Amino acid sequence: METRPINDVSYEAYLEEEKLMGTTCRSCGARFLPPMPICTECHKPEMDWNEVGGKGKLLSFTCIAVAPPSMKEEGFDRNNPYCLGVVELDEGVRVVARIQGVDALHPETIRIGMPLHKKILHRGEGEHARAVLAFEPVS
Amino acid sequence: MKRRRKLGRGVAVVGSGMSKFGMFQDRDSKDLFVEAYRETLSSVDKGLDPKDIDALYLGNFTNDFFIHQAHWGPLISDVIGLVPKPATRTEGACASSALAIREGVFAIASGFYDIVLVGGVEEMSKRTTEEVAEGLALASTPYEGKIGFTFPGVFGATASAYFNKYGATREHLMNVTIKSHNNAPLNPKGQYKASIRDLMQAKQEKARKKGLDVPEWEDEKAFLSDPRANPEVAWPLHLFDCCPISDGASCLLLVAEEMARDFTDAPLHILGLGQGSGKGLHAKADLACFEATQYAAEEAYGMAGIEPKDVQIAEVHDCFSIAEIVHLEDLGFCKHGEGYKMVEEGRTRLDGDKPINTSGGLKCKGHPVGATGVSQVHEIWKQLRQEAGPRQVPIKDLRIGAAHNLGGTGGTCTFTILERR
Repeated sequence: METRPINDVSYEAYLEEEKLMGTTCRSCGARFLPPMPICTECHKPEMDWNEVGGKGKLLSFTCIAVAPPSMKEEGFDRNNPYCLGVVELDEGVRVVARIQGVDALHPETIRIGMPLHKKILHRGEGEHARAVLAFEPVS
Repeated sequence: MKRRRKLGRGVAVVGSGMSKFGMFQDRDSKDLFVEAYRETLSSVDKGLDPKDIDALYLGNFTNDFFIHQAHWGPLISDVIGLVPKPATRTEGACASSALAIREGVFAIASGFYDIVLVGGVEEMSKRTTEEVAEGLALASTPYEGKIGFTFPGVFGATASAYFNKYGATREHLMNVTIKSHNNAPLNPKGQYKASIRDLMQAKQEKARKKGLDVPEWEDEKAFLSDPRANPEVAWPLHLFDCCPISDGASCLLLVAEEMARDFTDAPLHILGLGQGSGKGLHAKADLACFEATQYAAEEAYGMAGIEPKDVQIAEVHDCFSIAEIVHLEDLGFCKHGEGYKMVEEGRTRLDGDKPINTSGGLKCKGHPVGATGVSQVHEIWKQLRQEAGPRQVPIKDLRIGAAHNLGGTGGTCTFTILERR
């Protein structure tokens, strides 16, 4: 039984351990990703951690050419845009994530509905280490 | 439990003003608000003694981040001489000043105050485009911000979901841009005053003067399809799908309905008010609509006792072209999946049956985020009072107008319906 507090700090820590963790309502069984501390379906407060598998499909996406400063630091700009999307996991829950392994310079080649699997990216070191949730096409 | 909302006592708008919107290196938030306030005072037909103002509610989103100055309520109150009257700042991202209107209305409706000034101000142009993108993204969810979403990115993802669901294309977004730019030259307060055709000619003229190859475009859509003229920002959104970075201020004078005729013979009555909240992209049941707008609209129509067809003219939050299309549907002006057709058929033009964004919209009028909500009502004020000059809509018996304001990526949405009686 996972006993970490149900919050974003724990969610991020799990991501660094390459685990995609959501919560499930003990009363009605509703699933949430990222984790929710209270069930927003039945409003009961008892929630349990649940690992979500890494398979899903692309629901919508964008390719960002005008990057904010934090993404410029990673080398993204007009000539090297990056793709972000909404991914629906096989369990029915959804997340926003980086979409790797697609041609962001040619968005017309990216298909909504394409099958994806998770790939956690690790950025920064030491105190600044953080995990970024990404998905890539199933080859 | 649902019940029909109503005010404890009626509230009317009896004065309205806005500063010019644009990028002003030599003007600050105080200057801009004073400009809007002066116009508001002079717009009160029978005059107002500023000493009679009971309180100020002021919308501002990110001056803290953009110019490192917070606490704008008393700062603005001081510069227009209202101190020690109470001043309260409201924040709802790009819907900040729509929230100021609501607070002002509630304060009067409760009987606590009789005469309230509401407004908004924002000063954005002293930062780079990337910094502004970062500042605005403070109002998306942390999950979106952390992976690199910008506002254009969130609306880009909305557009791709909408295209996939309903079969619309980039060309349909262009119809919104062309329409907004056609209204732009008619609004002297707006940031951009050129139609797309004007811009095409200006670019050709510039090339000619420099002795360069003169670009040729068959029509406006060919221009907007040219990546040199209209580069990508966040696919499928391009530069001309996005509102600009702007500075500006706006202001309204609200009074108790029974006093309205002391100030003007042509007040606008608050007929309906609605506000809703929304979730981040990952938690939206439908990526091609805005739940908060739908909730706000339902509340406002219910309070007003009218239907969407009764709204004759509206300002609709078009931070991005796709937002205008989706909101036409969420506000009930057409069925879901038909917003892009409504625009394509010309129904939202100045001479259409439902003119939308006669001001030029956020796209051309400009979008100083905290000032936008009140400035939308300013446009409705001008139109319903037949004071909109060359952009006055030709609708007979123009009586009911509305303003829709969105904050963040749909986290806060408001809908305000006004009636001239």
